[in-house]
Amino acid sequence: MRQEILDILRKNSRISDEELAIMLDTDVESVKAVIKDMEDKGIITGYKTLIDWEKAEENVVTAYIEVRVTPQRGQGFDKVAERIYQYPQVTACSLMSGGFDLFVVVEGKTMKEVALFVAEKLATIDSVLSTSTHFVLKNYKDNGVIFSRARKDEREAVVL
Amino acid sequence: MNIKDRIKSHILDTPPSGIRKYFDLINEMKDAISLGIGEPDFETPWTIREEGIYSLEKGKTFYSSNAGFIELREEIAKYMARKYNLSYDPASEILVTVGGSEAIDIALRTFAGSGDEVIIPEPSFVAYKGCVMFCGATPVPLELKAEHRFRIQPEQLEECITDRTVAVIIAYPNNPTGATMDYEDYARIVEVLRDKDIIVISDELYAELNYKGKHVSIAQFPEMKGKTIVINGFSKAFAMTGWRIGFACGHPDALEQMKKIHQYAIMCSPTTAQFAAIEALRNGEPEVRRMVDEYNKRRRVMHDGFNKLGLDCFEPFGAFYCFPDIRSTGLSSDEFCERLLIEEKVLTVPGNAFGACGEGFVRATYATSIENIREALVRIARFVERVR
Repeated sequence: MRQEILDILRKNSRISDEELAIMLDTDVESVKAVIKDMEDKGIITGYKTLIDWEKAEENVVTAYIEVRVTPQRGQGFDKVAERIYQYPQVTACSLMSGGFDLFVVVEGKTMKEVALFVAEKLATIDSVLSTSTHFVLKNYKDNGVIFSRARKDEREAVVL
Repeated sequence: MNIKDRIKSHILDTPPSGIRKYFDLINEMKDAISLGIGEPDFETPWTIREEGIYSLEKGKTFYSSNAGFIELREEIAKYMARKYNLSYDPASEILVTVGGSEAIDIALRTFAGSGDEVIIPEPSFVAYKGCVMFCGATPVPLELKAEHRFRIQPEQLEECITDRTVAVIIAYPNNPTGATMDYEDYARIVEVLRDKDIIVISDELYAELNYKGKHVSIAQFPEMKGKTIVINGFSKAFAMTGWRIGFACGHPDALEQMKKIHQYAIMCSPTTAQFAAIEALRNGEPEVRRMVDEYNKRRRVMHDGFNKLGLDCFEPFGAFYCFPDIRSTGLSSDEFCERLLIEEKVLTVPGNAFGACGEGFVRATYATSIENIREALVRIARFVERVR
């Protein structure tokens, strides 16, 4: 049931426990217990909302930053990653295979604000060798949701 | 000359589908929710669409052989073996058709004619009756009952059989009731059919949409396989309704004659759809599972919803329909559907559109978003409270 609940919640975390129970043909108490257990164990780490900021007419600028770093003896990449991900501007931070080491997502109100953050905070960290900043111009699809296309029911009346 | 006088009476006498009039009404409404259309709300999975596009880009725009591309028939053979444990020879026992609908038509035209009777368990898909009448044959309704969960009972079948019976149409998972039949249910009617010279036309379009256990085909009974035409397709399983592609499987002598009608009337199925269908069978199954899981959740929400409103509904384990009993409202099926549409803008289809014995029921499909189902249930609740 755990997997089934996760499958539903990852698409719609606002669904009620009651409806989950109906969908999975079980009772509300079991659903509540399984969710609580997953929250306690840190399997479910939070509930967020997907927002198309462009439509909300709020200024949100997102940049994907490739960071190359020198790993530190005994601590590898974890230590430098920790220094980076503590900033609230950083919304995601991952260790990568391939041509660079850390992949950092930074959000800000303007391009300038993000660029300054990279120049002043990220690039100046001791073990950071280089950064390469890519600004997001348009989101087509995020977290499995297609933004650009409003789906409408185009099925025509047919006899069957 | 009055052209109407020239039209054959068996065409004139075939009534148009009873579903139609409501669709004309809903087209003019804003914010209406349709639980009326028996069609997946999912788009065809991208991997399948992409293969269709690719075939066009490559200029593959020619006819296929009449029976369909052999690659597709081979994939169909593998699919039928893998999913339903049925073995058919791709060269002589499989015919690719323009949707399951064409397969139903040509199967009936092959086996039924003037003076013959074809048994149709009702409530049923609206096309069977029409196709039987177009052959000049007589449709004989077998009235399925809610207390049997709309499964065919052997005694009922026995009662309908006469010297003139040439075929019986069996369609599970069922449109409009959502009913399924399991192995034991089939075993009981096989007892009746075993020693009779009656063809079974088994419409299994909804075979993939089975939410409890595995789909059973009557052709799995060895004594029935040779006299059963199994009809299946891509519309419901792979969300490929508009592509118009399906297939028929059966005895080579029967298929040979069905192919004759197909080749003179149709030539071959649309080839873009055939290329897409090959991809569907090779790589489409994970997408089918995803859609079936989604339907299953919606099914539970809708079924639970109707029962909570006091509109008794047996649990449908197949297709994507609920078939609640609305008699407790004191309204007829037609009144219920018409008033629900006008007063609350929710479209359902009256059960009697699928045969007289569907009176007292309505068909609602859950091939729509969970949000629509939720909102529709709120509106139906309001409506039911008002009329009771």
